[in-house]
Amino acid sequence: MIAPGRAKPKPTPETRHFWDGAKQGKLLLQRCGDTGRAYFPPRPFSPFTGTRNVTVFEASGRATLHSYVIHHRPVPGFTPPYAIAVVELEEGPRMMTNIIDCPQTPEALVLDMPLQVAFEAMDEEITLPLFRPAPAAERQSKAGGK
Amino acid sequence: MLKPGEIAVVGAAETTKLGVIPEMSQIMLHADAALNALADAGLKPSDIDGVACVGPMMPQQIAHYLGITPKWVDGTAVGGCSFMLHVRHAAAAISAGYCKTVLITHGESGKSRVGATPRPAEPESLNGQFEAPFGPFGPPTLFPIPVLRYMKARGVTHEDLATVAVVQREWAAKNPRAMYRDPITVADVLNSRMIAYPFRILECCLVTDGGGALILTSADRAKDFPTKPVYILGTGESVETTMVSQMEDFTSSRAFRVAGPTAIEASGISRSDVDHMMIYDAFAHLPLYGLEDLGFCKPGEAAGFIRERNTAPGGKLPLNTTGGGLSYTHTGMYGMFALQESVRQMRGTAPAQVQGAKTSVCHGVGGMFSASGTVVFGNEKP
Repeated sequence: MIAPGRAKPKPTPETRHFWDGAKQGKLLLQRCGDTGRAYFPPRPFSPFTGTRNVTVFEASGRATLHSYVIHHRPVPGFTPPYAIAVVELEEGPRMMTNIIDCPQTPEALVLDMPLQVAFEAMDEEITLPLFRPAPAAERQSKAGGK
Repeated sequence: MLKPGEIAVVGAAETTKLGVIPEMSQIMLHADAALNALADAGLKPSDIDGVACVGPMMPQQIAHYLGITPKWVDGTAVGGCSFMLHVRHAAAAISAGYCKTVLITHGESGKSRVGATPRPAEPESLNGQFEAPFGPFGPPTLFPIPVLRYMKARGVTHEDLATVAVVQREWAAKNPRAMYRDPITVADVLNSRMIAYPFRILECCLVTDGGGALILTSADRAKDFPTKPVYILGTGESVETTMVSQMEDFTSSRAFRVAGPTAIEASGISRSDVDHMMIYDAFAHLPLYGLEDLGFCKPGEAAGFIRERNTAPGGKLPLNTTGGGLSYTHTGMYGMFALQESVRQMRGTAPAQVQGAKTSVCHGVGGMFSASGTVVFGNEKP
């Protein structure tokens, strides 16, 4: 369970499925029926073409670290220093998150490092998608593939 | 479209005091700046028939407080560059005949918070759902989010970013109203208190109280005013997203790439004609993004351009000649102060006057990278 005090999201009709999915340990994205491209944040139409022909699908949970800051001042629910990160999902979209199970330092938080989604509950209603460094085997295969 | 030089700024002023002003509430900061701008133009409130200021219900509050009966109002609120958009909208409204003389005001009790606008948390907004839970706490934690990606992609160093603050402090030293005027070194910046890595406190803007106001009218009426007319040559605006995490590209602002070139192309001048520039610098990376996205530097060349002193006193493109948001003042919505300095430079009255300057590009950003507005000024009618 996440430490109390964070700003708590309030789902809307257009985002409810995302938060229901997170509660079940699934990272749900949407796909544009015209272009096949994945998008985020949730909305019931495509930001690429405007079509309402969209589908919800479960993402792989694999991502890379795109950018971040390490905040050094106190914020409710956080112990500084803590990183506020943006990850790039394997499917394309980016999202803001926190990186867990990793020192919150520039040395440990290396841009483009592989990550894997990890769900942590705030309470009974909201579960947040956080990310942790991918297992070592996966990191090596990724590095070897480049 | 509006012709270059069709509309002019005939009144411009900041609040009487700048910096820490606990004796004035936010609405009085608007009014203090407005009264100073009216005096500058030799006008009374009853001469104004158009009002623009930032925010919901604000045009009514400002018009009533000052005793103005407007025929045209604009409450466009897209963050700190809202005033650039107000200039653009006002110029179009005057050209269309909706009104003759527009007053644009800004007042913000950013430091003292007297009668200041509360910042509401909106847990149902997309920001509230998909950014706020991860611990951002105001602009210092959000605006710099793209910086590490920019540094990696462009080969920019911590020293390069610190240099932006160092050079702007040189300009601030020439401005008696700047809050911070003592010289600083790259080492000073890199040893200052860490706020949100990669940025330390000397790479973050000030938090101050203050305000400013502008008065615009048609260029053919401008000759009847006591001030030297400053002509609007071109304008541009755009928005992208309120969520910094959802920017298309972390190394460039789409809103900049629309607003800036739109204004420059409308002005009919070329980039090499630009004598003076203001780029809204809430944080040290913004001048780099601005120089590249507006086409004054190729991608990856802005850091070197600043390091080689092209934007410093004596350089070929004087930039942020007050010291900017990093050293001069930053109430929260700094764009008005960038516009004031462009007007002063075009009038020839700036404390750090660029000798012979005839054109000025004033580029604003708002709500992190969510919005942008650009105004090109000149002091000769095309």
